[in-house]
Amino acid sequence: MGSLLQFLHDHLEMAYIVVLSVFLGVEVISRVPSVLHTPLMSGANAIHGVVIIGAIIVMGQASPDNYFALIIGFLAVIVGTLNVVGGFVVTDRMLDMFRTRKKKTDLQENRNG
Amino acid sequence: MGLAVLSLCYLIGSVTFIVGLKMLSHPRTARRGNLVAAAGMGIAIVGTIFLYQTEDGTRLHNYGWIFSGLIIGGIIGTVLARKVKMTAMPEMVSLFNGMGGLCAALISVNEFEHLTHADPLLFVAAALFSGQNLLLHVFIILAGLVIGSISFSGSMIALGKLAGKIGVWRFQGQQVLNISVLVITLLLAVGLLTQDAFFNGWVFGLIMLLALVYGILFVMPIGGADMPVVISVLNSCTGIAAACGGFLYDNQVMLTGGILVGSAGAILTVLMCKAMNRSLKNVLLGSFGGVKSGQAA
Repeated sequence: MGSLLQFLHDHLEMAYIVVLSVFLGVEVISRVPSVLHTPLMSGANAIHGVVIIGAIIVMGQASPDNYFALIIGFLAVIVGTLNVVGGFVVTDRMLDMFRTRKKKTDLQENRNG
Repeated sequence: MGLAVLSLCYLIGSVTFIVGLKMLSHPRTARRGNLVAAAGMGIAIVGTIFLYQTEDGTRLHNYGWIFSGLIIGGIIGTVLARKVKMTAMPEMVSLFNGMGGLCAALISVNEFEHLTHADPLLFVAAALFSGQNLLLHVFIILAGLVIGSISFSGSMIALGKLAGKIGVWRFQGQQVLNISVLVITLLLAVGLLTQDAFFNGWVFGLIMLLALVYGILFVMPIGGADMPVVISVLNSCTGIAAACGGFLYDNQVMLTGGILVGSAGAILTVLMCKAMNRSLKNVLLGSFGGVKSGQAA
């Protein structure tokens, strides 16, 4: 127990980040219209692609003669990049779809008005 | 100097994630929000590649591998995301979410290999960490492994269900089986943490295998119409797995991004259930209710 408290004390900054981020995540999302549920999920999906940074660090620290570490790290970098790039591109396409549809309805409203 | 710039990169990254997420939740700013978050991610990634160094000042190497990985992943990701039909977008979200989970799991595999590869193990480990810190280090590795693996295999099944390739698979006592698999996985993880005899690659591999199986079992009984909620749950899980990486490397941007997605994903899941007028428990465990009502009808 004492060592756990000591660990918490040594990593106080991280504990603060965790607690505040939890509240922030809840607060930022809480009033979202239901049409945006899927794009928001997709955007959040792209953001957790930040795990790629861990993959880059792992890859960059693997010793050049350790093929197991090199291959696993290489795979991790590839799938991590897929997550980041694919995630942001898909979200962009989704939101683009929204915009065009909205413009059309605006035009129709203008015509009707 | 380099490290100070890197910290600044991470700060910018964290702030863009928060701002991006906020903008994504308003229809008018949503698209710009996505771009803001993407820009922040780019800064954090480029900063890591060129400026990262460990405590003793060694920089990253294997640049050839890193860049070829980034290019291959980038090309495949862009092509997949651009070519896919509009109706198949949720499948892509599921696929990319699974990839993030797999990435977290692979990082854990590599870190564990790094721990056990050093020989003789305990001597080096003791030099690196003082007792309890080693325990916490392995705990975080295991958490990333289990959560990431569940997220990966679950997302793949969800993808198959959205594509209509995988049907619903239910049988009596399914929840009992699922929970037993999860409990065995966690018991093995506790064993690996506390027993020296369990501290090897085989047990680690078995834990990963069982977590992958649990991910499959968890999604199998849920119907295709509920998949968006399931993907949101798994999305939240991958966020937490990414945050484990943040603990592992003392990396603030991974921690902020991961926890932010974890909590936002959890709230989003609840909101999605509300929009569908159902409870989360009903969606995730309600398969028996579905079977019963099916039989009654």
